[in-house]
Amino acid sequence: MNGEGALAARRPLPAPDPTRPTLAPRPAAAAAPAGPALEAVDFHFAYGPGDWTLAGITLAVPPRAVTAIIGPSGCGKSTFLRAVNRMHDLMPGTRHAGELRVAGRPVYAPGTDVVALRQRVGMVFQRPNPFPKSVYDNVAYGPRLNRLVDTRDLPDLVERCLRQAALWDEVKDRLDAPATGLSGGQQQRLCIARALGNQPDLLLMDEPCSALDPIATQRVEELIFELKQDYTIVIVTHNMQQAARVSSRTAFFDLGRLVEYDETGRIFTNPAHERTEAYITGRFG
Amino acid sequence: MNRRIWRRTRSGLMVGLVGLAVVLALVPLGLILGHLLVKGAGSLDWAFFTRGPAPTGVEGGGVVHAIVGTLIIVGVASLMGLPVGIAAGIYCAEYPGTRLATATRFVADVMNGTPSIVVGVFAWTWIVAPQKHFSAFAGSVALAFLMVPMVLRTTEEMIKLVPHSLREAALALGYPRWRTSLAVVVRTTLPGIVTGSLLAVARIAGETAPLLFTALGSQFLSTRIDQPMAALPLVVFNYAIGPFEEWHRLAWATALVLILVVLVLSVAARIATRGRFTLRG
Ligand SMILES: Nc1ncnc2c1ncn2[C@@H]1O[C@H](COP(=O)(O)OP(=O)(O)OP(=O)(O)O)[C@@H](O)[C@H]1O
Ligand SMILES: [Mg+2]
Repeated sequence: MNGEGALAARRPLPAPDPTRPTLAPRPAAAAAPAGPALEAVDFHFAYGPGDWTLAGITLAVPPRAVTAIIGPSGCGKSTFLRAVNRMHDLMPGTRHAGELRVAGRPVYAPGTDVVALRQRVGMVFQRPNPFPKSVYDNVAYGPRLNRLVDTRDLPDLVERCLRQAALWDEVKDRLDAPATGLSGGQQQRLCIARALGNQPDLLLMDEPCSALDPIATQRVEELIFELKQDYTIVIVTHNMQQAARVSSRTAFFDLGRLVEYDETGRIFTNPAHERTEAYITGRFG
Repeated sequence: MNRRIWRRTRSGLMVGLVGLAVVLALVPLGLILGHLLVKGAGSLDWAFFTRGPAPTGVEGGGVVHAIVGTLIIVGVASLMGLPVGIAAGIYCAEYPGTRLATATRFVADVMNGTPSIVVGVFAWTWIVAPQKHFSAFAGSVALAFLMVPMVLRTTEEMIKLVPHSLREAALALGYPRWRTSLAVVVRTTLPGIVTGSLLAVARIAGETAPLLFTALGSQFLSTRIDQPMAALPLVVFNYAIGPFEEWHRLAWATALVLILVVLVLSVAARIATRGRFTLRG
């Protein structure tokens, strides 16, 4: 699936999820030392005092692989992603329960360094939100702040990120132009480039292609494919084909619950739950 | 067919009404400016800007002492009032739910509605009376007091316009909260904050009442802020109520200068807003 055989030759494959012993271990798995990049154990989240928006989410995302989250609108996909880098902190009155761990470290523990967490966990939001600054500055912002590279190497890094996000050719002559003057799709790719500039370990993408044309979508998918050699990616998508193409594991959310989480091939060919099958065959959602 | 004609008539009528409102709003402004120009422009010569007042009964003389005085009093007031107002505005916008912010906002609203003469009386009670002499500094304090709530509220409103998603973008890159506030939120609203500040400066530059009990006015060119000092609005006031025709002429000219200063500040505020990277949508 997804050419992982080719990858296996170059680097160890992601470790199997230890909390799910039912899974058949993959061939190279024994060699991989790392635990899950992201792990939720009975995680709950609510925006206010009422019902949980997310209830009992338990899943483990393997490192250096793409995990897709699918599900009908309003089921809590964005809420889950945003909980991972504590974007909800700004909102008063939110509640959570259960465990959420990134690279083994608890996200919501009292001593968690939220800033350090967010530096490691990049995020591409559902709606493009470039800074009202130049195209160049948008990408250079993160690396400059976190002193990731020498100032001399910054232009190279910016170019690389913009190329990876399939935006370089369109903006190379207007790096000093305001980013708010780009089209919606270009802004979204700029936000992807900006997230890459920070060189995160874990990249959360909330419907990164919903504003893109088929060509840009394909470029972003190629990018995701390329990135998974070094990064762990969690992508929310409404596009089943996209989930099937880019991800190795897929989680199906419905009404704030995790209905099914399995290898992408299984989810799309032989799902265990009726809801999942109904959703992926387009009978609801 | 009929409906289309009716729609057009209605549209034309509305545009006409709106245009009329614009004209009505502009007429007083035009009248004031025109009247000032007619009455005052003739007196604006080199001597007017470079000389102090002539002895009573003597023709001519200028208002350089008042121009310098206004610059100093307003400058010192801005040095005190702007940083406090902007900082408090940022605080109120960034921590909107806190008790301190709610209290600050309430006090600012009350202060915004306080007549400036009352502020002048307070400055007199707190500074002039204990020191037993009038001073430009007391005037600056009174004006700074008037500035703070104005600047606070505009700053807060400007910052509240920054979309939430922009803040999230910065936080998601690992910006600490305070750096997000300064580097992203304040930076993007800077033109607006500058505009608000300039407009506040323009507003207080014309204030007369608070200066009557504090800076008092003076016949001499002075740069000592612990002493009474002249100011343009005070000169207008004193000359205008004086008995001499010559004084009235000077009052008109000074009023014109004052309005020109305010106009220049307002235009500067407009230019400051025309930044390249302003918020869109
Ligand atoms: N800021 C908020 N305050 C209160 N409730 C919210 C907020 N944001 C989302 N919700 C609610 O939480 C639920 C999950 O929303 P979420 O945005 O996570 O859905 P989603 O799965 O990402 O949907 P979509 O596919 O449309 O993006 C929805 O019922 C929504 O109404
Ligand atoms: Mg969403």
